[in-house]
Amino acid sequence: MSIVNVSRPSKFDVARRTFIRNGFGSPLATLISLFVIAGLAYLGWAMLDWAILRAVWNEENVSRCGGHAGACWSVIDARHRLILFGTYPFDEHWRSTLAAIAIVVTVMVSCLPFIWRARRLAVLWVAGFATYYLLMEGSLLGLPQVTTDGWGGLSLTLFLFAAVVLLGMPMGLGLALMRRSEMPVVRWFATILIDTVRSLPLVTTLFTAAVVMPLFLPNWLEGDKIWRVIVAFAMFFAAYQAEVFRGGFQAISKGQFEAGRALGLNYWSILGRIVLPQVFRHALPSTINMIVVTFKETAIVTIIGFFDILASGKAAYGTAVWAPYYIEVLVFVAAIYWVFIFLLGQYGEYLKSRMALAAH
Amino acid sequence: MPTADELRTRAKQRSWTVQIIIILLTVITIWGAVSNAQFNLTRMNMTSGFSFLERGTGWDYSFSLVERSITDRYHYTLFIGLLNTLFVGFICIVTTTFFGFIIGTLRDARHPALSFAANVYVQIFRNIPLILQAVFLYAILIHLGGPRQAINLGDVAFLSGRGLMLPGLNIDPAVSIGLLLASIAIAIGLLIAKISLGRGLAIWFVSSIGTCLLATAILHPSGEPFFSVPSLQGLRFQGGISVPIELLALVASITLYGSAYIAEIVRGGLSQVPTGLVEAGQALGLSRISIWSRIKVPMALRSIVPPLGNQWIFMMKATTIGIAIGFSDLFYITVNSISQSGQTLELILILMLTFLAINYSIAIFTNWLNAHLQLKEH
Repeated sequence: MSIVNVSRPSKFDVARRTFIRNGFGSPLATLISLFVIAGLAYLGWAMLDWAILRAVWNEENVSRCGGHAGACWSVIDARHRLILFGTYPFDEHWRSTLAAIAIVVTVMVSCLPFIWRARRLAVLWVAGFATYYLLMEGSLLGLPQVTTDGWGGLSLTLFLFAAVVLLGMPMGLGLALMRRSEMPVVRWFATILIDTVRSLPLVTTLFTAAVVMPLFLPNWLEGDKIWRVIVAFAMFFAAYQAEVFRGGFQAISKGQFEAGRALGLNYWSILGRIVLPQVFRHALPSTINMIVVTFKETAIVTIIGFFDILASGKAAYGTAVWAPYYIEVLVFVAAIYWVFIFLLGQYGEYLKSRMALAAH
Repeated sequence: MPTADELRTRAKQRSWTVQIIIILLTVITIWGAVSNAQFNLTRMNMTSGFSFLERGTGWDYSFSLVERSITDRYHYTLFIGLLNTLFVGFICIVTTTFFGFIIGTLRDARHPALSFAANVYVQIFRNIPLILQAVFLYAILIHLGGPRQAINLGDVAFLSGRGLMLPGLNIDPAVSIGLLLASIAIAIGLLIAKISLGRGLAIWFVSSIGTCLLATAILHPSGEPFFSVPSLQGLRFQGGISVPIELLALVASITLYGSAYIAEIVRGGLSQVPTGLVEAGQALGLSRISIWSRIKVPMALRSIVPPLGNQWIFMMKATTIGIAIGFSDLFYITVNSISQSGQTLELILILMLTFLAINYSIAIFTNWLNAHLQLKEH
């Protein structure tokens, strides 16, 4: 009797075999595979051909763009400053660059588990936001002052995003706590506010803040249009985020409150030391999703007259010379959005899978 | 040392104080806002009230389903805006749900190439802001040439910078509105009759098309063909249905974006169906399509419907980005009315109440649908 050496197939082997069986197991499956591969390859090749192989890259070569089959990236070469910085003074663009980097670094650092303590996150975001504001506004650092109506492009988009998240997060938590309060008036107040804001389109909320609010407010409270819009946008964020937190609260058993009570802790200690750390944990994937949505929705402000990256992109092809190359500009803007949103989304997926593993 | 009773009374008093303070603050804020508004309005010599609704507007806009003119009154113009919003929202809800189910099913497919292709679609269209997609499509459409350079789609439909020309039934526009209402009436009738979902949809689809064909047969102008096909005559197209590019770009972009979202919802629902049920279906010798339509979808619908309802509400709200490309939805009409008539508060109030009403109706409908689909406990 011989000993048969039966080795377990490796994970990779199994995956490869399933892949081949599902993709090429029957004539129909093979046909579908070939068809899809051919289609994707054709699309991929057409894009590569247009965007890189036949493209014209430099502003000086713009004359070669006419009647050309490839992309004319000359427009980006010539107008990228307008797209990225809007109407911000040309000589001060380095400030806008640093400010945008400050926001991006803040977001990236927030992704590290080391920073996931309420206090650390708060310090990080306030610091990142303050860095942005000091650099962009400038007067406090002794640089030439640039008021908010001079801000634009990608920097403005990032600013709106950071301001809304920074302001909206505590507001959302407050609304979520109010909604589960034992006092009926507090509960109704939060519920009505949350449901109303969630039923209205964001653009109507922002439009109301930008155009209608000044009628209701006394002069001293009116403030800048951009701040009114940020507060309204933060309300929108908070209303959705409150529901995310509510999901987190529901995942925690009531016994934990009672245990805290029995130990003689007061409401805020129970909340801060027992309940909230778990709520944040449960709510993390949905919170990332909400942040991604907020980044996308900032594009809406172009409707109420802000010079964000979409509006500055439109302005970039708004002159007679560059008007034919609108596709290149919009592809450039879309690519910027796509990279930010895709990376944030992938990070959210990664967290979700990590937490699913931890739950087992 | 206070006794337990004293502590309880104190807690109760505190709770009352907090609630009274909140009520007072709310009342003061509202009162302050109203008095400020009155002060600002008198300063600008504005009269408040809804009497302006009876005045004529004096301006035109891009799209309406029914006849319009610049002498229309405000309430009629706002009504047209509401119709446009509901029209686009309804079309988008149907198209996104349809394509979302197809793409979501592909995403869940075992076949690696199919799920990969569906994934590519979702990742591209979900990760670009909707308004950017709308602006992009609109920019491309508006740069297409005039009717003479139109893209010919099989000699029956033509796409040009002026719009998409489609073949249609040869009937009066007013009749088509009536047919739309009839179709909605049939749908409501079927909902009340409590027929199963799949059969109800089939009956609704067949009877709606049947009504349209019947109406055309009776009502189409005598001596003219049954169908009206667009054809190039001189510098413009005659006949058929003309879809303006604003409408086309808006519907196409919401469809592309919304389908990607619904595909993810559908995939999530389908992947939660226990494999045991699918294997049971295979053991019974059911075909793949039967397993999908009789086991997977009915099971998955229970977890799909609640987030799907949220997406429908999102779709209704998303129609407001039409203003970025000049489509005259309710928001566009309201903004124009505000800049023309100055009746800011009244118009914003109308806009908000309308959206609250629409979205609450959708929420009520999805709740009903959800309750209808849940497993009946015996």
